[in-house]
Amino acid sequence: MTAAGKTVTRVDLCEAVYQKVGLSRTESAAFVELVLKEITDCLERGETVKLSSFGSFIVRSKGERIGRNPKTGTEVPISPRRVMVFKPSAILKQRINGAGNSGSQD
Amino acid sequence: MIKSELVQRIATHNPHLYQRDIENIVNAILDEIVAAMARGDRVELRGFGAFSVKHRPARTGRNPRTGEHVSVEQKSVPFFKTGKEMRERLNREPGA
Repeated sequence: MTAAGKTVTRVDLCEAVYQKVGLSRTESAAFVELVLKEITDCLERGETVKLSSFGSFIVRSKGERIGRNPKTGTEVPISPRRVMVFKPSAILKQRINGAGNSGSQD
Repeated sequence: MIKSELVQRIATHNPHLYQRDIENIVNAILDEIVAAMARGDRVELRGFGAFSVKHRPARTGRNPRTGEHVSVEQKSVPFFKTGKEMRERLNREPGA
């Protein structure tokens, strides 16, 4: 993908915590990890994580189904598995379409 | 788990901070992700997943009840792709 936008990573989240909360950079980094860890642990237990005005992370269980290798066309069974989906909140959707939506220049 | 429970859990590991501070930390993180997506940027958190924005062109839709044509304006939608480690952790045998 060649979107013009930059990629935000943990470093940027740490910087945001550092700027807004006034902890040290080391502590800020530790908190970013802790927040992600708590969310991940919860999802691993199969629990839904609802973060108001942001969205929900939901774990879904999928049954076995027959898939196809798109290259060879051979049928292969896809084992039952758990997947996670993100359901954005209405507020998040609005923010992404809201004022200040500079759009992509293409 | 909801946001207040997340704050509560983090607070138990950090008794030296006020719950208020933890709330600010969680909000700072979420706000940064939202702001990035609002700019059209991608947010990549290794082991967790990646947030990106997908653009949907304008299209002609139909009111499913009346069958009427309605024009749907172009819009951008948030998208999340689960990270590799997260996918694996979701499918690990419990107690393994």
